[in-house]
Amino acid sequence: MMADLIKVGMADYKVGRNPASLISYGLGSCVGIALYDPVAKVGGLAHIMLPDSTQARSSENPAKFADTCLPLMVAELVKNGATRSRLVAKIAGGAQMFVFANATDIMRVGERNSQTVRMVLKKLELRLVAEDCGGNYGRTVELKLENGIFRIKTIDKGEKEL
Amino acid sequence: MDEDILKLTDMQLDALREVGNVGAGNAATALSQLINRKIDMTVPQVSILPLGDVPDVVGGPDVRVAGVFLRVYGPAPSSILFLMPRESAFTLVDMLMGRERGLTEQLDPMDESALLEIGNILAGAYLNALSFFTKFTLLPSIPALAMDMAGAILSVILIQLGQMGDHALVIETQFTTDGDGAVKGHFFLIPDPGSLGTILTAIGVKE
Repeated sequence: MMADLIKVGMADYKVGRNPASLISYGLGSCVGIALYDPVAKVGGLAHIMLPDSTQARSSENPAKFADTCLPLMVAELVKNGATRSRLVAKIAGGAQMFVFANATDIMRVGERNSQTVRMVLKKLELRLVAEDCGGNYGRTVELKLENGIFRIKTIDKGEKEL
Repeated sequence: MDEDILKLTDMQLDALREVGNVGAGNAATALSQLINRKIDMTVPQVSILPLGDVPDVVGGPDVRVAGVFLRVYGPAPSSILFLMPRESAFTLVDMLMGRERGLTEQLDPMDESALLEIGNILAGAYLNALSFFTKFTLLPSIPALAMDMAGAILSVILIQLGQMGDHALVIETQFTTDGDGAVKGHFFLIPDPGSLGTILTAIGVKE
């Protein structure tokens, strides 16, 4: 049987359980955040665009920001049988896609994204165990709920598993 | 901002489409002369899309594309992005370099600067039209190139728009050259949050 492949779009999150996998295509400066409970084999994947909802002018979509998306995802994971203290986090993305000589803040958003994601995880007491952030290339990320492996695919920079 | 975008009237959308039409027309003419081929151009689409749906315009977030990105400075700061399928970028480079079609499989620095220059010329032609309608002096930054997944490249502008709302106003035109080994491309003008109102006022269709 083919295991389910659940797609996670930009500014969205999904949770699932073994044997499904969660996948998000083409992350650039966005950050993919995987949370996984290795005992319950339940996990979630978020594709956040921005670090901080308090600095945004308006939004009706909490899944867009790290600080508002993660509590929602954690609650849904717990509802699906995960134990909060067992959750481990892996993150990837936060690239700077275009390199300019004088990069403005707009261009450095990827770096700020991954920095803030680390801070938000810490604040929520979620353990960050592995990450693959930065660079100037896109990533497709997949969380396998069978074993918690976070696979990162790129076009020219190979593939790795966290 | 979201409210502004979602409340645009038909007349305002028409006006934006017309600006896009002339701008893209200029750009297509420039490209046509550069590669000495006829170019077909679609009527520009002015769409208001949820941010996450924008990559679908070019075939999905994991499609491999070449993207040339420029910032636009002046009274209405915006971003310009010219996206081509990877193969189209290679074909275009073959044409520009006078090489036999299909020879390019990877870009060398010379090829990259040729694509950057294309971006420069297209953006300049497009901005000429926008300047004409708005009477603004609009200047493009130096261009930057990335060969990667469409979603990753588009994230740069989508993130910026995401700070203001959940939708993007996208003025998009598709180019196709004639003959075999056609070159296809998408040209995006994405006004910064706040710039849209400035542009609408300048072209005289602000409510």
